[in-house]
Amino acid sequence: MAESNGTMRVEVVSPERVLFSGEGTQVITRTLEGGEVAFLPGHAAFLGALTENHTRIYLADGTIQNLAVHLGFVEVGADHVTILSDAAELEEDIDVAAVRAAKVRLEEHLRTEHSAEIEAELRRTHARIAATGGIETGH
Amino acid sequence: MAGGQERILRGRIKSVQATKKITRAMELIAASRIVKAQQRVVAAVPYSDMITEVVRDLSAAGAGSQSPLLAGRSEVKNVCYVVLSADRGLCGGYNAGVLRATEGEIKADALNGRQHTIVAIGRKAEGYFRFRGYNMSQSFAGFTDNPTYAIAKEIGEYVTGLYKSGEVDRVELVYTRFITAGSQEVVQRPLVPLDTEVVEGGDGQASTGHDYEFEPTPETILETLLPRYVEARVYAALLNAAASEHAFRQRAMKSATDNAEELINTLSRIMNRARQDSITTEIMEIVGGAEAMSAGN
Repeated sequence: MAESNGTMRVEVVSPERVLFSGEGTQVITRTLEGGEVAFLPGHAAFLGALTENHTRIYLADGTIQNLAVHLGFVEVGADHVTILSDAAELEEDIDVAAVRAAKVRLEEHLRTEHSAEIEAELRRTHARIAATGGIETGH
Repeated sequence: MAGGQERILRGRIKSVQATKKITRAMELIAASRIVKAQQRVVAAVPYSDMITEVVRDLSAAGAGSQSPLLAGRSEVKNVCYVVLSADRGLCGGYNAGVLRATEGEIKADALNGRQHTIVAIGRKAEGYFRFRGYNMSQSFAGFTDNPTYAIAKEIGEYVTGLYKSGEVDRVELVYTRFITAGSQEVVQRPLVPLDTEVVEGGDGQASTGHDYEFEPTPETILETLLPRYVEARVYAALLNAAASEHAFRQRAMKSATDNAEELINTLSRIMNRARQDSITTEIMEIVGGAEAMSAGN
């Protein structure tokens, strides 16, 4: 049924609540080690671990929901895509100015010392910038 | 003298009335928080359901065999209890319930020659076990009426660390499960190693009947997924405990308010009788005096 009308149920679930739920036609995200993947309705069952990334959900009404997803998992069936993440942010919840300031600060920090934590934070920052329409992909 | 007694009683009634106001306010606050806490319990269900399903499917695909969090140890020498209590009192038998349940388990373990390690959540558990000299390795406090996922993560990381380092061989969660606003129960649930009954039983297949494709390998996914699963379990327990705490507090404060009301009634009755007595005595004295005077004339 889902295949016939070309949409699938898309859900983004965080431990505290269901962040997003709706009908979509395409979901693009990025898996750990694997690069970007796009899911269309009728995709084979798929289970993947995600890296920090800019996820795009193409909704049935033609708009695009942008998100920054910081690690998590994606579970795909023919009629649904579920993203589980303990840290995901919708585009409208991201403070662009604060994120850009954080990016500058983190890059400055990395010039003097290297730490895995700061690098991870920088990757999250890149995902946020990409999700809010910036050009940096961070990858 | 009767007038003095009346004044003392009036003072007592006033103080009971003041207490009643406080307990009534606490009751109303707790009642409003139950609803919110209950909604948070419900809101956390989709994530924990889905993560459980994914863990099942992965282990059915054969990924789980060598993960340290899944493999139980043949000999259990040290059991870790994560005890979820409240930060504050005035909530009836809430704290006593979990503390007593834990203490009972520890004593049973001691008979079987097992050591214990306590991870106390909430000030009440911390104080109780420290005072009694139990082996407490860590305590987390200051958030029990409104827990966040970040805290669950911290606790999850700490206990999986204890397990991986070999310091403890099993981790148990002791908390109060929220069933409805009127009923809660103290339960003990194994946390690490993960319950094989929960983990097994997945069919490794999506609803379409096809096998899953994995990216990266099932082992890698499971390795990153299991800690999240533990955290989700801890988070669910924290939310249940918070909702139960509010429910217990509401009940305790309601009965305190009722008691205060009853006490006020009893005291007012005694006070009124005392006042009546003193008036009667006064009238008798006046009448007696008047009669004596008229007799003298």
